[in-house]
Amino acid sequence: MDKLSGAQAELREMDALAAADSPVHRLHPLCKLLVTILYIAVTVSFPKYDFNGLMVMLLYPVLLFQAAGIPVRLCFYRLRMVLPLVCAVGIANPFLDPVPLMRLGGLPVTGGMVSMVTLMMKGIFSLMASFLLIATTPIDALCAALRKLHVPGLLVTLLLLTYRYIGLMLREVAVMTEAYHLRAPGQRGIHISAWGSFLGQLLLRSMDRAEELYGSMLLRGFRGEFHYADIPACRASGVVFTMVCTAAILTARFVRITTLLGSLFVR
Amino acid sequence: MIEFQNVSFGYDAAHSVVEGLCFSIGKGESVGLIGANGAGKSTIMKLMLGLLRGSGEIRVDGLLVCRENLPAIRKKIGFVLQDSDNQMFMPTVYEDMTFGPRNYGLSKAETDRRVDEVLNQLGLQELKFRYNHKISGGEKRMAAIATILAMEPEVILMDEPSTALDPVNRRTVIRTINSLPQTKLIASHDLDMILDTCQRVILLSHGTIAADGDTETILRDRALLEDNRMELPFCLQGWSPSTRSHLPG
Repeated sequence: MDKLSGAQAELREMDALAAADSPVHRLHPLCKLLVTILYIAVTVSFPKYDFNGLMVMLLYPVLLFQAAGIPVRLCFYRLRMVLPLVCAVGIANPFLDPVPLMRLGGLPVTGGMVSMVTLMMKGIFSLMASFLLIATTPIDALCAALRKLHVPGLLVTLLLLTYRYIGLMLREVAVMTEAYHLRAPGQRGIHISAWGSFLGQLLLRSMDRAEELYGSMLLRGFRGEFHYADIPACRASGVVFTMVCTAAILTARFVRITTLLGSLFVR
Repeated sequence: MIEFQNVSFGYDAAHSVVEGLCFSIGKGESVGLIGANGAGKSTIMKLMLGLLRGSGEIRVDGLLVCRENLPAIRKKIGFVLQDSDNQMFMPTVYEDMTFGPRNYGLSKAETDRRVDEVLNQLGLQELKFRYNHKISGGEKRMAAIATILAMEPEVILMDEPSTALDPVNRRTVIRTINSLPQTKLIASHDLDMILDTCQRVILLSHGTIAADGDTETILRDRALLEDNRMELPFCLQGWSPSTRSHLPG
């Protein structure tokens, strides 16, 4: 399977993952969305040197991955393209903040090193929570939840259509790449001289296809608003989940849990 | 049911795709639209649906095709696109079938009733919850027809419905078309299919009507067809699989 076909298959697998059944999948989409937003907001709000406090935040995604029956390694595998970027964000910190904060095994640990690690952790935890949300909630249900939060319909439609049409665009790219390689045997990738026309053709083909699709939608009564999944009313399980997670996340943020735990063993 | 009066359209002022078209189609008629590539078959359908705007007058069930009437007209017409991938944009067949009815304000219960009725009518119940990307080309074409029938249109337009189908799927599509009581306009190069499904044929040539009449009369007219870059349907060419071995090559 080539890279493009692999990417298409991964997109489809995400749909299949979201359609699976587990206690987390059965939770109301709005509850999951609200908790995820809170989790990300709280995670990024931790002070830059608060490594210990941030570590506690790892519990939420890890526990929910277990409950949803989704291996954590799958998350890292799917996010492999984004993770290096997230990790690269704080890479300059050790040079910008060289003041030693502590010594570890005789070696000085600078503020820049700690802030780099916490920045990476914030990014990775946020990605894990987002992945968990989309891996346990079908895109239609997620869009319905966004509309319930009064996110503008145009933005939600854009999100939905982008998600749907990434697959179609990948297929167009795959067809064009295949046609190119059949006439350029032995060549790795697409030669730089062909990039312009390749991208131009892709744009034109995508526009044609988009026009056809939009026409098809118009002909079936589309007036700018999708009828998203019929999400049922929130049940007690959703309310309990939201309340427990909110309490736990806020506790993790404002109570020094690691210090409290440590004080049980060290006096 | 459908009336074209002096309809012209061109993508630029210098070149007309269709020129001074006048014809009408009665209720319940099944009409084939044939012609060489670029003759204007798809353009006629898009003009009828208001996706393209030309000059002249087009009426569907008495309604003039204009911006104000488009919602009402599009509710009456179902359009089966040539490429089913462009038509099936929801994840599953069920969701695709509910897209139109829900947009027209039908309740979930009524929509589900229509979906089941159409799937039963076409014998496609097993496709209901299948993912669109996992069904075959033939199944996708049938599902595309089902999405249109779920809207209960009065007129059905089909653009090359038999393209890229194997013989069995093609035959299924033909049987399905013949079982539909609606007014039908079918654009196709598959003249054998037109012969099997339409009582009347409109032959287009460079955007004008070269012939309009009984299907058999037109499709048996070798000279007329050849003048318009077409050939007799295979079934009228006087050969069959048993005589195939006598053909050169």
